[in-house]
Amino acid sequence: MSQNRKSENNFAENRKSNIGVVLTIVYAVIYGGFVFLSVFYPSVMGMQTFFGLNLAIAYGLGLIIVAIILAMIYNQMVRIPKGVERPNNALKPDQGEGKK
Amino acid sequence: MTVIVFIVFVGIVLAISAYTSRKSGGIGGFFVANNSIKWGVNGIAFAGSYLSVASFLGICGLIAFFGFDGFLYSIGFLAGWIIALFVIAEPMKRMGTFVFSDALDQRFKHRGIRLAAGISVLVVSLFYLVPQMVGAGVLIEPLLGISHFWGVIIVGSAVIIIVAIGGMTSTTYVQFFNGGLLLLFAAILTGLVLWRGINVNQQMAEEGDRNLGSYQFRDVPAEFRGEEVIMDLPGGQVIERYVEVDPNISEETLVFYQISRLIPAVGSGENYIVNLKGRSIQIDPNDLSPSSLALEEIDGETYLRIQDWWRLSPDEDGSVRLIETQFRSIRPDGSVIVNGLPESNENRMRQVGGISKIPEKFSGSTGPVGPLRLLGVVSDPKTLIRQPKSTSFTAGDGRQVTIFYEEPVKGSVFMRPGLLFPLEAKPGEPAATTLLNRLNFISLMLALFLGTAALPHILIRYFTVPDPDSARKSTIIAIIGIGLFYILTMYLGVGAVNSGALNPETSNMSAPLLARSFGEVLFAMISGIAFTTVLATVSGLIMAASGAVAHDLMGNIRQKKYSDEVKVRVGRLVTIVVGIIGIVLGIIFREMNVSFLVGWAFAVAASANLPSLVMMLFWKKTTAQGIISSILVGIFASVSLILISPDMWARYGLNPANAPMPINQPGIISIPLSFMVLVIVSLMTGKRDLQPEMEA
Repeated sequence: MSQNRKSENNFAENRKSNIGVVLTIVYAVIYGGFVFLSVFYPSVMGMQTFFGLNLAIAYGLGLIIVAIILAMIYNQMVRIPKGVERPNNALKPDQGEGKK
Repeated sequence: MTVIVFIVFVGIVLAISAYTSRKSGGIGGFFVANNSIKWGVNGIAFAGSYLSVASFLGICGLIAFFGFDGFLYSIGFLAGWIIALFVIAEPMKRMGTFVFSDALDQRFKHRGIRLAAGISVLVVSLFYLVPQMVGAGVLIEPLLGISHFWGVIIVGSAVIIIVAIGGMTSTTYVQFFNGGLLLLFAAILTGLVLWRGINVNQQMAEEGDRNLGSYQFRDVPAEFRGEEVIMDLPGGQVIERYVEVDPNISEETLVFYQISRLIPAVGSGENYIVNLKGRSIQIDPNDLSPSSLALEEIDGETYLRIQDWWRLSPDEDGSVRLIETQFRSIRPDGSVIVNGLPESNENRMRQVGGISKIPEKFSGSTGPVGPLRLLGVVSDPKTLIRQPKSTSFTAGDGRQVTIFYEEPVKGSVFMRPGLLFPLEAKPGEPAATTLLNRLNFISLMLALFLGTAALPHILIRYFTVPDPDSARKSTIIAIIGIGLFYILTMYLGVGAVNSGALNPETSNMSAPLLARSFGEVLFAMISGIAFTTVLATVSGLIMAASGAVAHDLMGNIRQKKYSDEVKVRVGRLVTIVVGIIGIVLGIIFREMNVSFLVGWAFAVAASANLPSLVMMLFWKKTTAQGIISSILVGIFASVSLILISPDMWARYGLNPANAPMPINQPGIISIPLSFMVLVIVSLMTGKRDLQPEMEA
């Protein structure tokens, strides 16, 4: 693999992993907030919110739905540098053959 | 019926693996399905592999018995996938070929990394495998009516056949089949739960007998006069009293009375019928056991004198009531008494649970409801849910008594954290106890969050897809599928308690009993699905163990390079050996409740594998020595903290309060420790290893 292609790939991978780290931190904060409330203010979790749901259920369902939404956002964001990614993928079949 | 459906399921699974195993030749075919799995299939296979019986039947049962706290597991189990997606998925596929040590080792080419990673895969796989095998036997026993022993052997043999012959290709399609089935079935059951709605004191058919409605436990005013109890049931005499004291606040919390009383008996000669807890039971007066049972004639009516346990409930005005309970009592000679008479096919534990009050505007029944409305009604402060509880003790003459009773809980309390994990400080409780309870919970939630992405049977799935893009997309499918499934699980749990479909002795049966309340067909299906669920998870674990031995350990121990052919042969052999170990352990541990091992497997995986994976990707100064010591310290610390935890102390027969480690969940200590060791060792060994990398 040429030096040039390698650094382009690295750029794409770094960008990707930066987005990944940011989104992980976003989710960890939301998750941490949930654990914090459950541990220190369980009675707050019993408060009623919308649709008659209490905060625990709304937050819990929210964590699952936010995970799905963040996953989709991530997929959209890392799709952009597609041209850069191609060569990387094209290498894989050869590599697979070589190992067999 | 159940057996036929079960055989059909086994047939389908074996057919799938036979059909797909043709493509499993060669090293790529056996270990990674030739990288040929499409991302959609891989995503559902992730779900099928990850959703073990613990998350399927286990969580559903926890929600039915403890409300929201069961759902906390779901939240943790799902959250871990965020790390898998954002941090692990693509690098794992980019850098690894067969096993996760490929990725760890890519930069260093260091023998020790493979050895350490191989050991960690084996340890975590075994931790996870044992509860799956025991669970297989425990579930198949009541579902199919075959013994635990044969249940484990059937499951074990099926797994060995699938994995040894079909390798990763067959494993993948069995997992895919199972993942699809789980989602479909949970969706159907949830639809039925919503259609049934919330009904007060729902009368549900029990155990296939459509005429046997749910039983209303009696609640009678009582007055004690010495040894005598005056209640509106004849002949009450106090035999024994049991008081439970909360050790943390030294306060009497529960009082039970064993009362001797009379129940009407109808019949003649050797054949009398009594009605015990709504069930007709035949007795032979000449052959009564235990000896305290006796027929008595009063005013021309015949009665049977039995002894059963009642719970004392003081009223505000100073009077008391007695509430009927169920109990199982094992006598020193081994005979078992259920609810006062010997255990038999007719005399079994009644199902419990139910909702005794919902907001008035529904006048007792909501009718078919929408998904949000249902959760709203259940979590309403005006809703009262009967939570099943139990307490065990040794009675005067050496009997082991377990009493099962119900505790009314407000909907708003049932559907918020606190019933399973005691997070809120009780009045009078020492501050240290509260703190430790909270630390334990935080530790568990941390291990679940960080453990998923480090589980070996999840990681190996990343090598079955053609490229990093597919790895990412399949993780997203997994998050959607698993997230959806966990939301559905909440409805199944709530539906089970609403339908009074709880076996007080095991929460694991909640989902199957809920299914049975809708008809035998669904019950038969859930039995089949429980079976494929065990197969899917176990085959993934065995594949992971097999890969670790063939790629990591074998070359290391004998210090030589093996050909691909030998690796596949060893791989197949290892699947058989690990399968047999699984069967043996599944039989040995049958009496133990080993579901806690699943939580611990997450903690060990998070401590041993995750720090090195994350640091290798994000910290340039990481060295081979750092990774090796982090893995080994992670395994050692988490496993030894588990071995000295209060739960294990209780299992050794010691007082849990004296355990050296005050909390059960090791994650909060062992995970940071493993990170720290990695950093320190890397800094110490850094200069030598890192020179070529510094330029980049």
